[in-house]
Amino acid sequence: MHCELRKEPQFGKRNPMTAQQIIFLAVALATLGSALMVVTTRNILHAALWLVSALFGVAALYALLNASFLAVVQVVIYIGAIAILFIFAVMLTRRDLRDQGPQMNRNWWGGALIALLTFAGLFSLLQSWSGFSKSAADFPSGFDTVGRLGDALISPNAYVLPFEVASVLLLAALVGAVYVAFTRK
Amino acid sequence: MIPLSWYLILSAALFSIGLFGVLARRNAIAILLGVELMLNAVNVNLAAFWRYGDINQMAGQVFAIIVFAVAAAEVAVGLALVISVYRRRNTIIADEIDMLKW
Repeated sequence: MHCELRKEPQFGKRNPMTAQQIIFLAVALATLGSALMVVTTRNILHAALWLVSALFGVAALYALLNASFLAVVQVVIYIGAIAILFIFAVMLTRRDLRDQGPQMNRNWWGGALIALLTFAGLFSLLQSWSGFSKSAADFPSGFDTVGRLGDALISPNAYVLPFEVASVLLLAALVGAVYVAFTRK
Repeated sequence: MIPLSWYLILSAALFSIGLFGVLARRNAIAILLGVELMLNAVNVNLAAFWRYGDINQMAGQVFAIIVFAVAAAEVAVGLALVISVYRRRNTIIADEIDMLKW
């Protein structure tokens, strides 16, 4: 009953899918498929490359959501910096990656069970929420997303304090990373 | 128009896949890859709630950017730890890094 009520506005009228929905489904399939390859493939370097593919899918989702700045930041920071850092780390620890031995630990089925239960729990929790299947209002033309975001990040009435704290965190983490990875003579 | 539920289901699935990677993989770098997937799932949710709520409130996008910064910090420290452990123990398999076990 509940499920039928939820699906009715999407499929009840038998209207064909819009182009946006088709693009969303294609991107979602690519993202989830790449994510599955990240966690299951044996070669860790391939896993890092599949992560790049999944991150591109998420960037496309940001573009679909009209969050253009997030899409660009996703490509520049996640793919340009974080994924490359992963590939560097894989190369620096190469000797362990000769694909011998199991890639999953003994209790991997427990992990799979917990992941499935998490998904089922999230799904049922979301389904009981009244705003679950609402659709977005039309995006106002000429809405300056990036300008608004910049204002919000540096405005004292908005998020300047979290922004500065995040920059201090980043500085501390980078100093810590140099210290941890430093070789003492 | 895409309903909000599609984004929420997608990000729940992405989060669960990342959780499986964190719990099941033996390689420490692969565990960090799983953490990245989970952080991305959270970010998709934040951007979706910004778009489907009041777009004049930029909180969703601002939080997503802070998650980016935290993810960069986490990866930098995590990979530095992995490389440091690899230099000392010559392994990055998570079950073999048991210096704290007694």
